[in-house]
Formats: sequence, C-alpha cells, structure tokens
Amino acid sequence: MLISLRQVRKVYHMEEVDVPALNGVSLDIASGEFVAIMGHSGSGKSTLLNLLGCLDQPDSGQYVLDGQEVGGLGPDALAGIRNRKIGFVFQNFNLLPRTSAMENVELPLYYGPHIRSEERRERARALLNRIGLGDRLSHHPGQLSGGQQQRVAIARALVNRPPLILADEPTGNLDSKSADDIMALFLELNREGITLVMVTHEPDIARYAKRTIVMKDGMIV
Amino acid sequence: MNAVVTLRIAMRALVRNKTRSLLTALGIIIGIAAVIAVVAVGQGASVTMQSQISSMGNNLVLIFPGSSRAGGFHGGMGTTQTLTADDGDALLRECPLVRAVSPLVRAGGQCIYRENDWATSVQGVNVQYQEVRNWDVASGSFFTDSDLRGASRVCVLGKTVAKELFQGDDPIGKTIRIKNMPFRVIGVMAPKGSAAWGQDQDDTIIAPWTTVRRVLQNSAFNNVNQLMLSLTSMEVLPQAKQEIGGLLRQRHRPTHGADDDFTVTDMTEVTQMITQVSRLMTVLLTVIASISLMVGGIGIMNIMLVAVSERTREIGLRLAVGARRRDILMQFLVEAVALSGAGGMIGIGLGISAASLLARINHWPVLISPGAVLLALGFSAGVGIFFGFYPAFRAARLNPIESLRRE
Repeated sequence: MLISLRQVRKVYHMEEVDVPALNGVSLDIASGEFVAIMGHSGSGKSTLLNLLGCLDQPDSGQYVLDGQEVGGLGPDALAGIRNRKIGFVFQNFNLLPRTSAMENVELPLYYGPHIRSEERRERARALLNRIGLGDRLSHHPGQLSGGQQQRVAIARALVNRPPLILADEPTGNLDSKSADDIMALFLELNREGITLVMVTHEPDIARYAKRTIVMKDGMIV
Repeated sequence: MNAVVTLRIAMRALVRNKTRSLLTALGIIIGIAAVIAVVAVGQGASVTMQSQISSMGNNLVLIFPGSSRAGGFHGGMGTTQTLTADDGDALLRECPLVRAVSPLVRAGGQCIYRENDWATSVQGVNVQYQEVRNWDVASGSFFTDSDLRGASRVCVLGKTVAKELFQGDDPIGKTIRIKNMPFRVIGVMAPKGSAAWGQDQDDTIIAPWTTVRRVLQNSAFNNVNQLMLSLTSMEVLPQAKQEIGGLLRQRHRPTHGADDDFTVTDMTEVTQMITQVSRLMTVLLTVIASISLMVGGIGIMNIMLVAVSERTREIGLRLAVGARRRDILMQFLVEAVALSGAGGMIGIGLGISAASLLARINHWPVLISPGAVLLALGFSAGVGIFFGFYPAFRAARLNPIESLRRE
C-alpha cells in the first residue's frame, strides 16, 4: 500500500465550536491507483487531501505513506516528505508570478538535496518538452493560457519524481477542452505508474479515475 | 537551499519592486551618506588643523615676558622687559630637553622695492629659528651667526612678501627698504601656508634679531618679545616646563612671593581643544547615525511585513513543495539584508561624492577611512538582520494550508 489511513480524525476549533472535519476515516490506496474523491463542500474531502499531502496532521488515527508513519513528525520532516514523495496540483495553479515556466518547474528542486544548476535546468526543460510546452520555457504565467499554466504546475509536481500526485480540483478553472487535455495527461502519468489522488465535484472529471470515493459528513460512504 | 540561490531570489524580488525598494532603502542611504560625508570632512578638517599646529614648529614652547606690577598697577602680558636673548642661550645650554631656541623681536613697517610696496611684519630671530619652526629656505640662504653678531642688514623674505615686492623677479641680492632702512635680500623661505587661526605665515620678513632691535627699533637693550623653544619631544613637556621655569626664576630672581615675570605656553591646549571637538562630533554623529539607521530599519521592517503579506500564497506554495521554515526565514531575512546592504552601499557612494564635492568647494582635504566605510556597511547589514528578523519570522510561521487558500 502506498497510502494507509486508519481511523483518522480531525477536528477544527472555530470560536468555541468544534467542527469535526474527519470522523474516523480508514482508507487504503495502492501504488499505481487513480482515485477521485468526491463530495459536497464541507464533506471533509479537502481536509482529507491536506492530511494525505502532509500539509496537516491528524488529531488521532494512523497515516502511513510509502511505508513511513507520518503522525508525530515535525514541520521540517513533513516538508521533506512533501518534497520527495508528493507532487501538488492546485485549482488555481499557484505558479510564481513574473517567473518563467522553467523556474516554476525547478522550484521543488531547490528545497531537496543539492542538484547542480545544469541538471536542474535539464530536468525542467525535459518535463516541459514532454508536456508540449518546449517552446514556452521562458514564458511567464501571465503569458500562458489556463491549460498551459496547469501543465506547468503538473511539470512542477513531477520534477522531483514523486510516487504520488495530489490534485485539488485540477480542472476547476479550465474550459472543458483544456480539462480533457489535463485528464489525458493524468491518465498517461498513471499508466507510467504514478499514483494519483484527485479531489473534484464534477462527475465528468471523476469518471477518468479508476476508483471513486464519496465523502459525506467527514466519512467515506 | 544554497546561499547564492537565496540571494538571487531576494535580489529579484527587490528589483521587481524597484521604486518601493529604493524608497525603503532611502532612510539607510541618507543616514549612511550623511555619516560618511561628515566623518570624511571632519577627519580632513582635524588633520588639517593638526598639521597647521605642527607647522608652527617642532614641539614648540613659547615663553612670553610676564606682566609688570608697579605702583599698584597690574600691566598686561609682555609689559616687563626682563626676558632677554641671553635667557634663551642659557636655556639651550642648561636644559638638555631644549633642542633649539630662538628669540623673537617683532617689528613692522612698509617695505619698498622700486615702485612696489607692501606693509608686513618683520621677525627678528637667530639662526636656530629655522630648526625651531621647522622651516627651510627655498632659494638663497639664511643669515649666519656673524650676521647676528654684526647686526648685518640682511633679510630673508616670506613667499608672500617676495611675490608682492618682486612680482616674479629674482629677489636674491636685491636691496629693499624696510622703514626706509636698506636691507639686502639673501634668501626666500619655503611656503608654509596659513596658521591654525588663518594667518598667512608667509607674509613676513625674517632678519637677525640684533639688526631688528638696533636698526628698526633703534634700541640698545637685549630684551625680546618672546622666546621660541623646540623640545626634544612632546612627551617631556611637563618636565621641560618645570626646568625652564626653575632656570628662569633663578636667573631673574623675583622678589620672594612675587609673580613670575614670564609665562610659558605650548600648543597642548589647542590640541586638546581639537581632540575635544572631534570627540563631541563623533558622539553627535553616532547619535544621528543611530537615529537615521533606526528610522531606515523601521521602514524596512514595515515594507518586509507588507511583502510577507503580499506573498503569502507564494510562501504557502514554497512550503507545499518542500521548503522548511528556515528556508522561508532565510529568504526574507536575506531580502531585508540585501535591501539595507544595498542601501548602505549606495549611501557610502553618495557620502563619498558629497564629501569630495564639499572638499572641492571649501578646499578641504577629504579623508575617507576604510574603517568608517566597513563599519557603515556592517551597520547597514546589521540593521537588515535586526529589523528583517520579525517579518521573516512571521513568514516562516505561516500555515501552508491557510497561506495557499489566501487570494
């Protein structure tokens, strides 16, 4: 199992009111799966994705990622796991403004083990070539279409060769043509063995995944 | 994340907001520039004054005749007539700390060479005057002991007098008239410049004191206006003053209990005053510098807080892709230090230019000490670290989830 969650709980404390976000979630995802998480807003799907992405820690329960127990790790250790094992794709792309596509893709490499700048550039260039943006290397996000920006973000997620990619509404800001392109790219990556977990509320998009998990009131139904 | 990359990211962030960065750094720029300029000018002025004081002579001590007290009236300094050239000879003979002595007899008057005339002072001195004042002859020669004994009518001109009377002609061997008495010019002194109080030291004529006394003042007495002494070194000054006082008292035998009939002065008071003024200036500068650097630092803190809040999403993203807290801390700290350091460097450049300009206008020398420059640079970097830490710390404590959600 790449991901193994056991009885994971998470409660948010909001001004004297406790809002339970995850209510004892257990979930296994094997290496090479493509999973879509669906559910209404407030169902806990974003919280689940944040926990899977090691951006947050569960209050109780166990999370093992790629054989490593994540619970109890400090912020720096979590940052290391995010850097090596997880690639993030966001709804709003989250590219650095006024920064070239190349440098956006290189970004995660700066926070990992030291890599020579030539190799860094070579890896970014190879990825951008592969996703069809080889002629846009020095373009800034503002000079790219939404679909192109999301491809750059995917290249950034891939640059450290992580086993897992987490996508939060990756097509939410895209037209349907671009959305289909992005999903085609995801399928291709999945075929190469990368595990994908994607949060979406669009059934059309969820259909691309091989398995769909539906969440309601902090639980998997 | 290595230092070069961090610095490059910081520089890019600063260049991206050129106007804002420049305005923010302005506090540091002005503060550092002011300090550098004032220090440079102040040090130049202080050195000038010190060199002017030392241009007066080698370890100079002056002895003036004291005041007379006769019939209930207390005259001013120099009203006694008891200080003589023989006192000077005795001091040289018996005080080993005294290296050279020259009497000084002052006279003044109109000097004439052909159709040119010039009113100036005439200093009657002996042959040791050159050593006491550390003053060489530029052309011709100084007078000799036999000129002194024979009260020869010879003189050596100061540079200014030579220029005014001879207008470029060679004065050596020519005869000028001082108060209608003919004197043969045997030499011209090297230029000495102005004294600490601005007087032109080259506007003078030097002659044997015996000649000045007999010929210009028409007097047979040997009393002089002052004795100029050169000590072996300035360290022996207190001891030398004591020995000089003892010897003169012994020679003049004042009535028991009466005041000394002479006064011994030296340049230490002037030197002390200069030291005091420059110390005061240093304190003042430190205060000004501290205030302006603090104001500049607060500006940097303010703008860094703005930058952290503007770039919350960027911070969230960096955290998500694996940046550790100290990476974020360093990124913003380096940015603050780059801002203040660049401000410091611009300030140093501006300060040096301002000092050079001031110096050119006022004909001062400028002394830009590398120490002051390094200190200024260190201080501006320190300001960046001090005032940049809090914003950087805030950035490093941000929660990645909330930061990513920020619009």
